Amino acid sequence: MSVRYLSCGDTAFTVEFGNEISPEINGRVMALHAEIAHARNAGTLEGVTETVPTMRSLMVAYDPLATSRADLQPRIDALIARGLPTDMASRRVVIPCCYDDPEFAPDLSEVAERTKRTVDQVIAAHLASPFKVYVLGFMPGLAYVAGLDRALYLPRRAQPRVRVPRSSVAIAMDMTTIYPFESPGGWHLIGRTPLWMFDKRREQPVFLAPGDSLEFQRIDRKAFDRIARQVEAGAFDWSALVNP
Amino acid sequence: MSASLKVVRPGLFDTVQDTGRTGYMALGIPTAGAMDRIGLRLANALVGNPPDTAGIEIGVMGPDLLVEADSVRVALVGRLSPSLIEGPDAPPKPLEADRTHLLKRGQILRVGMIEGASTAYLSVAGGLALPPFMGSLSTYSRAGIGGFDGRRLAAGDSLPLVLASAAPGDERKLGVAFDYGRGPIRVVWGPQDEYFSDEGKRTFITAEYRASKEADRMGIRLEGPVIAHATSVASGGADIISDGIAPGAIQVPGAGLPIVLLADRQTVGGYPKIATVTSVDLPRLGRLLPGQTVRFEAVSVEQAEKLRREQEAQLLRAIAGLTTARPVGGIDLVRLYEENLIDGVIYDPTAV
Repeated sequence: MSVRYLSCGDTAFTVEFGNEISPEINGRVMALHAEIAHARNAGTLEGVTETVPTMRSLMVAYDPLATSRADLQPRIDALIARGLPTDMASRRVVIPCCYDDPEFAPDLSEVAERTKRTVDQVIAAHLASPFKVYVLGFMPGLAYVAGLDRALYLPRRAQPRVRVPRSSVAIAMDMTTIYPFESPGGWHLIGRTPLWMFDKRREQPVFLAPGDSLEFQRIDRKAFDRIARQVEAGAFDWSALVNP
Repeated sequence: MSASLKVVRPGLFDTVQDTGRTGYMALGIPTAGAMDRIGLRLANALVGNPPDTAGIEIGVMGPDLLVEADSVRVALVGRLSPSLIEGPDAPPKPLEADRTHLLKRGQILRVGMIEGASTAYLSVAGGLALPPFMGSLSTYSRAGIGGFDGRRLAAGDSLPLVLASAAPGDERKLGVAFDYGRGPIRVVWGPQDEYFSDEGKRTFITAEYRASKEADRMGIRLEGPVIAHATSVASGGADIISDGIAPGAIQVPGAGLPIVLLADRQTVGGYPKIATVTSVDLPRLGRLLPGQTVRFEAVSVEQAEKLRREQEAQLLRAIAGLTTARPVGGIDLVRLYEENLIDGVIYDPTAV
């Protein structure tokens, strides 16, 4: 499979693996992201400052005073030619989510109506979807998580909300997301997690990373309040949610 | 007692910035950092700081800062309209830009308006004693991270200093103001120039564009002739599958007016990017004021890299050429105080 190199000035270029969204293409993006990180840790690929994975491409940023496009591109080509691993180990992350409170899930019944399902079926489909984090962006810690059951496919809301509360769990198209901050938003709100996707007090302020496998775990309001208090106090054990 | 600079009157858009928060774009964290890396670098060089030390980026109009330290050495780089060093026991003296000044406890640095540019830089010898966030002191105010409390400076803020007092030594100045270059802004086509018609690309490269009032650390909306997308694109809307956004990327949404994306730009985006400003000319965009105009000229990646290396050599020459500064107004009062040669009662009125 050939790739395209797109210029982003003299400090970056984008390696494009295809012009569609698919798990295979994103797998190759994440594999090159990891291979370049390896090479940088090993002290090769000097001058690469960071890489930015998206659904179907990887932006490679570099310092033009330390290297050059002409020097870097063949090295990236060689990494790709050597063969990118297709079975990358990914973190499995569990996100507790409360679907019960109408304040948390104001769009749940409308989603059920529009997809001709019961509320319980919508929740079950969200819980059963094989989610994968494709890309983070738009705001710090905001993850675009693909893999939503096609039965729940809906376009974004015609009228975006001015204020979506932090930690709202939302769906649109074939994706789900969790709002890291209170912000405007046009996705359908079907639940809320007590977790903060961006917490600047933590050593790793952003919880999710590109490539993570993700599943939701249903919790009731009591469990929500208990975890929310721990998160608020900075006393929550996040490690229990990773590869449980 | 801890040493600090206290904000007694805030400027308009003062934030703490270093060379940026590199390495976290994959997590959706914008790099932020100085809009004009040259200005920050020169200010740091003047006070003897490493080049990536955080300083204060002054936006449009600067603050009044009270010295709450035994002494502190600062450098201001940028053209500033009347700026002063005041009191408490000496008459005000002009705060010249592009040089260092030694300030004593109780003196106030009154930084005025920036002339002809949107940004200027103030560096403090030794740097600011603030905690880095994800490896950087750059303020990204949209997420409330970095710098001083993750926001613009406000009245009453005390910026802690690393050094309790300034090291002895001469004041230094820049030989001549740094030449940022003139003429068109050099760009490299792409990453999505194929999303535009030949006519659209010609428009972009020949027309004059004016910086609109919608300009901040995130980017500048330009006003001018509409850039036509390729017809194949127009039918499907001016959208791409989101990809990474490099500094200086020029995105053109459906309406056809370009937006140059700068330090606080989001990490990924779904509008096609016709071209990217070269790193050599990015500081000129970081200094652009609303109403000022620009033209664009396309160069190759190789040319852009060469231009950047040449500018780096020019910068190193400027730094190597820093010279000892004459005291402002002919007599350096602070120096005289230091050496106990005079007291506060006697001064040279012609020095004001």
